[in-house]
Amino acid sequence: MPHDGVNPKRRRFLTAATGVVGGAGLATVAWPFVTSMQPSARAQAAGAPVEVNIGKIEPGQLILEEWRGKPVWILRRSQKMLDSLDKVATQLLDPKSTVASQQPEFARNKYRSIKPEYLVLVGICTHLGCSPTFMPKPGAGGMGGDWPGGFFCACHGSRFDLAGRVFKNVPAPINLEVPPYKYLSDTRLLIGASADDSNNGGAA
Amino acid sequence: MAKSRFMQWIDARLPVTANWEKHLSKYYAPANFNFWCYFGSFALLVLVIQFVSGIFLTMHYKPDAAQAFASVEHIMRDVNWGWLIRYMHSTGASAFFVVVYLHMFRGLMYGSFKQPRELIWLIGMFIYLTLMAEAFFGYLLPWGQMSFWGAQVIVNLFSTVPIVGEDLALWIRGDFNVSDATLNRFFALHVALMPMVLIGLVVAHIAALHQVGSNNPEGVELKKNKANTDIQPPGSVPFHPYYTVKDTFGAVAFLILFCAVMFFAPEMGGYFLEHDNFIPADSLATPEHIAPLWYFTPYYSILRAVSDPFIGVSAMGAAVVILCFLPWIDRNPVKSVRYRSPLHKLSLTLFVAAFLALGYLGMQPVSTLYTEISARLANVYFLFFAVLWIHSRPRGAVFSIGWFIALLGAVTLFDYIYRYSPDNLSLMATSWLIPVAYLAVMLLLPLVTSLGRDKPVPAQINVRGVGT
Amino acid sequence: MSRIIRNLLVCALALSANLPIAAYAATEGGHTESIEIDLENSVLQRGAKYFVNYCQSCHSATYMRYSRLAEDLEIDPKLVEQNLIFGDQDIDDTMTTAMPAQDATSWFGNAPPDLTLVTRSHGVDWLYSYLKNFYLDPARPQGVNNLTDPDVAMPHVLGALQGWQKPVYEKDANGERVISHLELVGPGVLTPAEYDRLVRELVTFLAYVGEPALMSRAQIGTWVLLYLSVLLVLSYLLKKEYWKDVH
Repeated sequence: MPHDGVNPKRRRFLTAATGVVGGAGLATVAWPFVTSMQPSARAQAAGAPVEVNIGKIEPGQLILEEWRGKPVWILRRSQKMLDSLDKVATQLLDPKSTVASQQPEFARNKYRSIKPEYLVLVGICTHLGCSPTFMPKPGAGGMGGDWPGGFFCACHGSRFDLAGRVFKNVPAPINLEVPPYKYLSDTRLLIGASADDSNNGGAA
Repeated sequence: MAKSRFMQWIDARLPVTANWEKHLSKYYAPANFNFWCYFGSFALLVLVIQFVSGIFLTMHYKPDAAQAFASVEHIMRDVNWGWLIRYMHSTGASAFFVVVYLHMFRGLMYGSFKQPRELIWLIGMFIYLTLMAEAFFGYLLPWGQMSFWGAQVIVNLFSTVPIVGEDLALWIRGDFNVSDATLNRFFALHVALMPMVLIGLVVAHIAALHQVGSNNPEGVELKKNKANTDIQPPGSVPFHPYYTVKDTFGAVAFLILFCAVMFFAPEMGGYFLEHDNFIPADSLATPEHIAPLWYFTPYYSILRAVSDPFIGVSAMGAAVVILCFLPWIDRNPVKSVRYRSPLHKLSLTLFVAAFLALGYLGMQPVSTLYTEISARLANVYFLFFAVLWIHSRPRGAVFSIGWFIALLGAVTLFDYIYRYSPDNLSLMATSWLIPVAYLAVMLLLPLVTSLGRDKPVPAQINVRGVGT
Repeated sequence: MSRIIRNLLVCALALSANLPIAAYAATEGGHTESIEIDLENSVLQRGAKYFVNYCQSCHSATYMRYSRLAEDLEIDPKLVEQNLIFGDQDIDDTMTTAMPAQDATSWFGNAPPDLTLVTRSHGVDWLYSYLKNFYLDPARPQGVNNLTDPDVAMPHVLGALQGWQKPVYEKDANGERVISHLELVGPGVLTPAEYDRLVRELVTFLAYVGEPALMSRAQIGTWVLLYLSVLLVLSYLLKKEYWKDVH
């Protein structure tokens, strides 16, 4: 126990000082451990942008690529498909793509793409994550007579149009995601790198 | 100090305050702890360091023979701060043994293994054995050349056991050779089983200590108040805040040394991270020179000193196990080396010197001279225990001379049966003088000098005095 | 006791300031020369160039990523792609070799080993000496032998640069014929001083490749030790303050 009144103050000060400095050290030491759980350089490399050759896609054809373990669709839309986009606007929940998270800035238009002809979408339903099926034929059997063509998710019945926009009254709440991508040339796409920034982003 | 409502609620359901007082704020420890008394708390610190760094390594390591080596390099290069976590773990492994050896030495010096602390010592020995197993299992994981061949050699030792040896080795390996099967199970043992056993043993170790109270450098027990253990005995301080604050200071000093190694010399010249381990394991190419990590080399020396494999293994095992019997070997009531005879101080010094020299020799390539010296150092190592027992009490001439002859006879017999060969007869005969000299000094000198006499022990701890 | 701790601390700090961040520099094999390495960017960049041009056709550095190289050596990733990556590899790939391992084994007898960790397993001295100790030996399939690694299967890739060497023999203490030193048969494209510099830079690069964190860990370590010294002083004062009670 202390012998005179001065000691408690010094004792408290030293305890606090050591505690604060020690605590700062502990927090600093924790940092490397916490960041070690971030994607490693290898994960970053595996998640790097993917180059896709789109030169051989026929109008109306959809090809499937993989980026960061996710399915990515590239659909070459025919003129008829493009024309149908305006007609379905009233049936859609978010026809103007107002939810910012679902597409880069360059895709906030009615085509949801850089060039109208090619649509790039992440093929994961925004309800609970199943991969929808491509149903391009209007009025396809089982979809109902007024089906304009688009994507149908068999898990819980969500529907999306030929720009990946979600219909009203389905389980999915938002449009399909458009990933960042850019054109390297007329026949080559780079998926995972944004047309919005100049360097190969990919770390989104 | 009145308890807050919150603590009252907790304490009604879990004895937090009661245990805090029993083990910290009202655990009265002698006030005269010195430098040697830091190493127990350092061991706990290193255990925590190994746990944390180990868990984060496990997040990235692959326990598969085809991927293990690459996954370690992945950690070193691709994982953010992975290199730091890896070096923390490899430095921690060696640091653990430095600290544990110094901690055990303290026990030897101050008689902390003597009554009523025999069980603390025994549990400590189990911790030591578990730690050795943990290190052995862990070293295979990087799957380098040393990892592989070191494991190969040690597992082969088990095959020397008569009758069951081969089957035993097969069972340990899970395969005909050290392979992916071995790696996977060593991973399970290193990451899950041994750590759990270690935690349990450490808890028991501290609980046993708190049951009887701490020893101190004087070897004199605190005069506890039997009627009320809450009363602070004279010469003692409550562990908290006095030793928590002192151990914090000690821990920071320790961390300075630890970080100096970790950041500036993690390989430590090849002693902490062996050079050959940067080559992936190759079952078809044996390295020129297989040596275990430095903390095993004293026992490795003893193993190599005897040509018969099974006797060598037994001698190596005996060297570790004999330490377990220390409380029943050294029966001298004087606990601390401060009050023991000059000859005891000498025998303890020679024991440590022999251990260190054996360690050095264990790292060298085999040679006839080194093998012979190792054998004699092993003699000194084992004879230390016999000498300890003999020094338990003042002994008469007949007793001393009788045991001198008996022990020398035993050494000579062992030499003849297990180490003799016509080539090394002259070398062996010359080196035989080492145990002769050792035993003469330890056993016969007390008969003609006062060097074997212990000093009178003070009645209580000679501390500056404790404020109440 | 506090004096002991203080002295230990002073020693530790002094040691830490002086400990050179030398990569492993042991001696193995015969005729080994010692070198000091300096992990400086321009040296490493030239070393990278030599490695990629002379070594990577047969040897891989499987654990070294180009992107890491670009970052640590402060080279623009585009320049790395243009100048250091041959073939269709990406900036995010690792420095593998184009030579298929099976073919390599049938051509050379042994697959050329991966060199990522060669300086950690063999040391910079060994590697430096190895690259300077090739000599003509008609008995060998490749026409050369090596003093540091006798009967090695590797051809002297840098032979044209160094110039070819021949062994000079002498009699040792037992009267046996041994090689005392090597002599240039004729000049190489580079002078001995230039060749020596090339080898040093190549070895320095490989020392970096062996442990990319080498460059940063000393710096970080200094800060950590500085911080711990501050904490040591504080915790010491705290301890002394409490232990005033124990008089």
